[in-house]
Amino acid sequence: MSELSVNHLLGIKYLNKDDIKLIFETADHFKEVINRPIKKVPSLRDITIANLFFENSTRTRLSFELAEKRLSADVINFSAASSSVKKGETLIDTVNNILSMKVDMVVMRHPNPGAGVFLSKHVGASIVNAGDGAHEHPTQALLDSYSIRERLGGVGGKKIVIVGDILHSRVALSNIFALKLQGAEVKVCGPKTLIPKYIDRLGVGVETNLKKALEWCDVANMLRVQNERMEISYFPSTREYTQQFGVNKKVLDSLNKDIVIMHPGPINRGVEITSDVADSNQAIILDQVQNGVAVRMAVIYLLASKIKR
Amino acid sequence: MSQKLLLSAKEIDIILHRLACQLIENHTHFEHTVLIGVQPRGIFLADRIKRILEEDYKLTSVKLGYLDITFYRDDFRRGEKPLEANKTNIDFVVEDKRVVFIDDVLYTGRSIRAALTAMQSFGRPQEIELLTLIDRRFSRHLPIQPNYRGRQVDAINQEKVKVHWVENEGEDAVYLVG
Repeated sequence: MSELSVNHLLGIKYLNKDDIKLIFETADHFKEVINRPIKKVPSLRDITIANLFFENSTRTRLSFELAEKRLSADVINFSAASSSVKKGETLIDTVNNILSMKVDMVVMRHPNPGAGVFLSKHVGASIVNAGDGAHEHPTQALLDSYSIRERLGGVGGKKIVIVGDILHSRVALSNIFALKLQGAEVKVCGPKTLIPKYIDRLGVGVETNLKKALEWCDVANMLRVQNERMEISYFPSTREYTQQFGVNKKVLDSLNKDIVIMHPGPINRGVEITSDVADSNQAIILDQVQNGVAVRMAVIYLLASKIKR
Repeated sequence: MSQKLLLSAKEIDIILHRLACQLIENHTHFEHTVLIGVQPRGIFLADRIKRILEEDYKLTSVKLGYLDITFYRDDFRRGEKPLEANKTNIDFVVEDKRVVFIDDVLYTGRSIRAALTAMQSFGRPQEIELLTLIDRRFSRHLPIQPNYRGRQVDAINQEKVKVHWVENEGEDAVYLVG
């Protein structure tokens, strides 16, 4: 198996187990590349990639851009705030205009779920979903699993709890798909109001007691409360949320094992995770960021290898 | 498909010893020299050469690394089959070193061209030499020649030279497959 089963990366749910294995094996090679004195390979020098960000992003956009540049692709950046989208242009028109400038691949973040799938049906370029609303964020889930694999030697059979705002999180959904596909056990933990009603149908357990969840797991993936997506109050106060679902050193030390702490960023220090935990040896938050570049290089490289001229 | 034996295990052994001696002639104690096996098939030959230098000539400080050239190849997206990468493992500095590339067959020269580009990512070596077991002359697409060659082979383009090693195919032999 040396080829992806898909032509676009729209979500983890479109991938199979072998795809993930191939992406990780390829990412291993790129991780070695990005630790060389010269962190660049010429593979994609004839590929042009457009990064379309219709929603704010720092980490993901930088990570994608770096991954593209390390593969020697030509990169153009677009953010909705300073574009003709504000003048009323449709998504297909915007993208077709960009593609007519001979672009081969589009990396897109969009506030609407399914934007990537929609685009893949209407335009002739490879699409990479960099987050579509509260739906999926496949590269984040891949880099999370890759980081677990790196730290614990594998993902299959491991127990992972995703803590926090599951309802608004594309990271949670993509992670659930990715972890289940690789044979991990998954639980979600958070206030009942922030856990989707039928989430158990995805084969995940639900736990509302943080201490119990942490005692059960090998890895805790801490999510941020996405206040920007909340139109109503889902919990009484941030302080109360922190008391119930925030991870601090005291809780971690009370466990009889060292669990791995992950966070997709951006961290709200003192809310879902305290600084002493975020900066501890148990946290692999910065490893996740470094692995993000290698995993995105792998995804882009593998998708680009399917572009025929 | 016909298969003709070009080199037997005994002949390969003699050639490897000769190549090792030629390396010693030019590099004496290997203090400033590093050997680089070109992935995927050059690593078997590189391992053998290193073993001969160590066991038969007591040169214990020979450094050997593996270089993968997949991401530097010029046929990405051009072939039928997707390219599969291999491990690069160079845990020493190549800056100002005398580098010897080791590969089993020199054919079009394109792999070595890719290896030359790949090497630049690790620093600026003082010089780069090339050692190959089989040199298929008259098949070159690029102006690249080996400094150390095991055997020169005149094969037409439809023919293939296959190098077998005990480590991966269970025997040491070189075949011409037509």
